[in-house]
Amino acid sequence: MGCGLCEVYCTVQHSKSKDIIKAYNKENPRPLSRVKLEVHRPVSFAIQCRHCEDAPCVTACLSGAMQKDPETGRVTHDADKCIGCWTCIMVCPYGAIKRDPSGKVVSKCDLCAELEIPACVANCPNGALVYKEVKP
Amino acid sequence: MPKYVIVGASAAGIGAVEAIREVDPVGTVTVISDEQCPQYSRPMISDLVSGKANFDKMMCREGEFWQKNDVQALTGRTAVRINLAEKWVALDKGAHVTFEKLLIATGGKPFVPKIEGSEKEGVFTFTTVSDAESLAAKIESAKTAVVIGGGLIGVSVTEALVKRGLKVTMVELKDNILSLILDPTASEMVENVISDAGVTIATGQTVQRILDKPEDDNVVGGAVLTGGETVPCDLVIIAIGVIPRMELVSGTDVKTNRGIIVDKLMRTNVPDVYASGDVAEAYDFVLGENRLLPLWPLAQQEGKVAGYNMAGKKAEYPGGTAMSALKYFGIPIISIGIANPRENSAYEILVKHEPERDLYRKIVLKDNVIVGLTLVNDIERAGVLFHLMKNGVNVKRLKQELLSEDFCLATLPRSLRRKLYPGEYG
Repeated sequence: MGCGLCEVYCTVQHSKSKDIIKAYNKENPRPLSRVKLEVHRPVSFAIQCRHCEDAPCVTACLSGAMQKDPETGRVTHDADKCIGCWTCIMVCPYGAIKRDPSGKVVSKCDLCAELEIPACVANCPNGALVYKEVKP
Repeated sequence: MPKYVIVGASAAGIGAVEAIREVDPVGTVTVISDEQCPQYSRPMISDLVSGKANFDKMMCREGEFWQKNDVQALTGRTAVRINLAEKWVALDKGAHVTFEKLLIATGGKPFVPKIEGSEKEGVFTFTTVSDAESLAAKIESAKTAVVIGGGLIGVSVTEALVKRGLKVTMVELKDNILSLILDPTASEMVENVISDAGVTIATGQTVQRILDKPEDDNVVGGAVLTGGETVPCDLVIIAIGVIPRMELVSGTDVKTNRGIIVDKLMRTNVPDVYASGDVAEAYDFVLGENRLLPLWPLAQQEGKVAGYNMAGKKAEYPGGTAMSALKYFGIPIISIGIANPRENSAYEILVKHEPERDLYRKIVLKDNVIVGLTLVNDIERAGVLFHLMKNGVNVKRLKQELLSEDFCLATLPRSLRRKLYPGEYG
């Protein structure tokens, strides 16, 4: 239905304070939502990193910042190693990787590494976002 | 007996090791590299010069990459000869390494034209970490530099030198910098930000002679451009491009053109001998032919394909094409495929240019299929366009949308999404 709550909760989860008011009003720059609500009426859906099996961003990464975790299958992004070359943005077929507001690194869905269920899924009021393991 | 031997430890070599180990955890792997150091990201050597990265940050895999993958890494060793009939590689200092499957991933070496005075102290090429270390060691004592070449390497080294406070003159033979990957409009946008950073750009000419310092005729003191101007400088960096390192296969049965010719499985014409990366001529899906494309992401992908096939898992290279993402001087650009189609040709060009917002979006079509795209500043959805391009999608009904800043996955008709993105978004 395109309510955009996934973006709100993603922003809060990736903020310093984890508080919605502080995240939106105090943090500058405001943390970027890693999920993007795409609307082209009547269609609307949320796009975030798909953690692809054969992830093009991992193969293309110049610095080794993008890695596929062999245990969990997550595509992880190490911001300390990222050089902001934008090569991953070029090859992501979903357009799920963004430039961070700092302009120095990219930002993408980390499946809320510290939560059991990602914030966007846990707070989707319509059950449109689902978190499940898929065997390749 | 080592089963897999890989000559070259950069992008293609790393990709091959990872693929081989995915399929075959036990077969012995030997990697030979004439560089002393462990693996690192070559595109990052400019960060070493600018001071943004140290060697640790430049390592593109974990520190113990070779050990963890159970690879015998012969670093600081040069492969000098191969015998294809007896299947061995001769190393410097007399040793031999035998192989069952061989990957030649020797990469490229800088192209250095004949310029009078190029042997002087203060003249550098810019391909390896050791080039970058030598250059970095000279920076403290230098104030001015001339960079020969306005391509990717030239622009990246120029940015690093500017960050270190040097006054740089960039000399480019063509009328525009980055002319292989950008059209004149996009190129001009980059030229503007580079000029704003204090760099002098001299196009349509090159350096014809390198002068010495009055006090020491072995040391660089200036450069004479073909236009006649003399630019005083402390450093000259030759950054014209790379050419394949094919010495190892010269005089063997391995077929070469400008690079080593490979099929889609990264095989050469000689059984059990593969090639990948900057040394290989692999398939370009836009041009429909094999060509040299010395780009890190493609080298890594080609290496992976070679590794899988060497280890017995069939994998096919889908083909690459010219593709560059640029970050230099703070202007993000993505350019893929054909940037400069010939005029009056079969190409259709869609353009949106908003100079006041520094936005430029150009899409090149042939028979309603995307064959080239250039995005300046608004680059976020480049990958979706690239996906349409790789899949040869007919975009006849989408032309307006392609130019829109709002273009995204949701813009695509459902039937197309279902075809291209099976699963969640179909």
